[in-house]
Amino acid sequence: MEHRITIYCQTTALSELREFLRNTPHMQILSESEKLQITLAVEEVCANLIIHSHQCNAADHIDLEVKESEGKLIFEIKDQGAAFNLLDYEVPNLIKVKGEKRKGGLGIILVKKIMDEIEFESSKGINTCRLIKWFHS
Amino acid sequence: MLTITNTNENESHILALEGEVDASNSVMIDEAIQKLIGDGSKSIVVDGQKLEYISSAGLGVFMSYLEDFEEKNVEFKIFGLSDGVFEVFKILGLHQLMNIYPTKEAAFNS
Repeated sequence: MEHRITIYCQTTALSELREFLRNTPHMQILSESEKLQITLAVEEVCANLIIHSHQCNAADHIDLEVKESEGKLIFEIKDQGAAFNLLDYEVPNLIKVKGEKRKGGLGIILVKKIMDEIEFESSKGINTCRLIKWFHS
Repeated sequence: MLTITNTNENESHILALEGEVDASNSVMIDEAIQKLIGDGSKSIVVDGQKLEYISSAGLGVFMSYLEDFEEKNVEFKIFGLSDGVFEVFKILGLHQLMNIYPTKEAAFNS
């Protein structure tokens, strides 16, 4: 069973994304705390794409598909912007973020800490980021 | 949807956050803190009892002011976070950089 949504590249679409995840059947097996964290991780990746790869251009869109396979919840995020491979992104030191009075940089830390696996591929202008969470049924 | 209510109590400025904070509205918190610092506040307390969700955009706003708070001797506290929201602070280790209390009483009596 698959569950998917297309959102347009504006930050106001993030609440729509959260609503979609809240109602995703696959998420219902998780605890409230896990749901919140996974929603956060998926949102962080999408917010990054909206702001940095698409400069909040509402004409662009992002596709999210949620799948379940062999004890794994898979969140597949596709876009056609400038490829941003978060696996290549060096996680900043928290003390450095504080010292530099930076507002950004925390989202990717959250994604890497919350998710069990992250995959990224870019082919024919389409970027695919897969966030994977293991669960025990 | 985020609502920020600003009240004063015992020379502290309380910012009560209600709803969800994300990249579309975190600027509201940024502006509220900026204004309090500009007005010379020496104690800013965030009431998180009705905060349902916060993404890195909101957490980043708090982080970006920690140095200013130290430089300007502004006391900064957060109280009343739900377990789920507090867990997010802990994942990032922010509970070690910020003064976070379970209740308003604990925040004001510390």
